[in-house]
Amino acid sequence: MHHAVLAEDKKRAAYRALQDRVVDGEGRASPEQRAHAFSNVGLSGPLDSLLGKVATRPARVTDADFAAARAAGFSEDELFELVICAAVGQSARLYDAGLAALAGAVAGEEDG
Amino acid sequence: MRLEVLNRGYGPGTKLLFAVIRLVSRHPVPDAAKLVFYRPDFYGARAKEFTHEAMRGPSAWSVGDRELMAAYVSQANECAFCIGAHTATARQAYQDGPKVTAVLADLDSAPIEEPLRATLRMLGKLTAEGKLGAEDMRQVLSAGVSRQQVQDALAVCVAFNTTDRLADAFGFEVLSPEGFEAGAKYLLKRGYR
Repeated sequence: MHHAVLAEDKKRAAYRALQDRVVDGEGRASPEQRAHAFSNVGLSGPLDSLLGKVATRPARVTDADFAAARAAGFSEDELFELVICAAVGQSARLYDAGLAALAGAVAGEEDG
Repeated sequence: MRLEVLNRGYGPGTKLLFAVIRLVSRHPVPDAAKLVFYRPDFYGARAKEFTHEAMRGPSAWSVGDRELMAAYVSQANECAFCIGAHTATARQAYQDGPKVTAVLADLDSAPIEEPLRATLRMLGKLTAEGKLGAEDMRQVLSAGVSRQQVQDALAVCVAFNTTDRLADAFGFEVLSPEGFEAGAKYLLKRGYR
């Protein structure tokens, strides 16, 4: 069974470094806002609309989504950061889902 | 791009570099390149490192296979910029345009090896549905794909789920076919760093 837990490889570690930087490092948007953008929960109003699309239907993002977020008071640099956090957050969840499925398949093989 | 800082917010050194790129390539600087030069300490530096490792680092998958995965994932996300960029790069890497076209048109009938086909199917499902089960992964392993190859393919998938989202959200301008060919040549020569 000890083989079933896969060691974090160099690539996963490099992505984790990116995740940690965009959420917890220095930025114009607050770490709390960036954490909400990353997890795609606890967002409100225009930000929820824009960042929800970034996470789930990025091809549907429009100029109007950005205009609404600006009108709600977010600066260009804040939106730069929050959009990145939303994209990286969704991708990190996909990464973890894929690695969990692999660990499950490998555990099944070794049990059988 | 939809944020003016991504169009104009660069210092003199970066502007000079963009001018050199335009001069040498005889094409506009792709928005994908501009993005990683804007406040690179926030996103670009680490994103480039991860993407280069995923796309050009050690792997049993060839560069062509990984570029094809990037194109396939981008198709699942309907990301026009990244489909254009990575179909061009996969075609050049394989020296085989019809194979790339066939995979994007119909994965089941495309003339590729079963391990690659099973892996692309899994990446497409993960991207489209956002989840994956152990059974999905068992099918990939039983097609002859190693665990390390699965991990390597997931890294490619994640790199392009990230880039696709940013391309669509920030509104990357789709290049001309010649622009994509020039970009592909650069990516095969220099990678993503």
